[in-house]
Amino acid sequence: MNRIPLQGKILKENDRIAAELRDGFAASGTLCLNLISSPGAGKTSLLERTLEAFGPRQRVGVLTGDIQTDNDAVRLARFGFPVRQITTGGTCHLDARMVKQALADWRFSELDLLLIENVGNLVCPASYDLGEAAKVVVMSVTEGDDKPLKYPAIFHKAELLVLNKMDLLPYVPFDVARACANARRVHPGMEILEVSCTTGAGVEGWQQWLAQRRQASCREGAGSPV
Amino acid sequence: MHELAIADSVLKVVEAEAARRPDARIVKVGLRVGELAGVDPDALSFSFEVLVRGTKLEPLLLEIERCPRRHHCRLCGCTFAVADFEAACPECGAAQTQCIAGDELELAYLEVEEP
Repeated sequence: MNRIPLQGKILKENDRIAAELRDGFAASGTLCLNLISSPGAGKTSLLERTLEAFGPRQRVGVLTGDIQTDNDAVRLARFGFPVRQITTGGTCHLDARMVKQALADWRFSELDLLLIENVGNLVCPASYDLGEAAKVVVMSVTEGDDKPLKYPAIFHKAELLVLNKMDLLPYVPFDVARACANARRVHPGMEILEVSCTTGAGVEGWQQWLAQRRQASCREGAGSPV
Repeated sequence: MHELAIADSVLKVVEAEAARRPDARIVKVGLRVGELAGVDPDALSFSFEVLVRGTKLEPLLLEIERCPRRHHCRLCGCTFAVADFEAACPECGAAQTQCIAGDELELAYLEVEEP
């Protein structure tokens, strides 16, 4: 019996396409973010709040992933920015190939910001690099405050935690301090923003975070600042 | 259940290796899967078994090495295993330590019988 060492990542084909996308985003100074949460935590609502605050001259695009329906794309298209639905037909996550196909006729040079809403799932999307500059995990106070411990992979990999539905805090037994401590046990120093997409409270913190990241990616890339 | 897609990616690598070694028989493929990889080893093994069934590669075994989470402390330079999410440095107490292992999703080896 002969043992032959193998090199490389299992998802190297995905990673190859993701690297290609990342190079493309970097060259055009496009900030790409990958939003991940369980179903119903408020990814689409956060995107609605984000898009409604942008003026018409902002160069923003959205890809939104779901197993079925284009409901989210319809919800988001009313703000006038380019939105494309990726319907996975059963697959529980987006992969880099799907993103590349969805962007095939989009010019990166026309986008300063690309927001990708992943399929609602805290497990599988964590394994797939989409070429994003950062993963953002959205969690809501109607979920358990131990979620970071139950799904450590995504909380480990995401740069930012957006804690949504803060307006519902009086009605649920959710402990914000414990949730933040749990997130930082998995990901020491993790940035956390508390928002309510329903009332708009805290959304400006998210917008500031976004603006800082966009400035940084404009500086790094060849794209012109907005 | 992305384990099926991951098992499929592993199988494609093994098929490519098998094509490069027409005289050899691949007996086993080894993987390294970190505890932070977000991949369930049992589901991955089951998916792999199902995909291999009925192919020329059958009976191909899968061995998964589970890789624990390890951190490095930049302050004192020590490296330690993180159990139960306690990521503070056990030597100097520094709270900010850096994850250096535990999110592997890698190919490790093939075991091959050659004539």
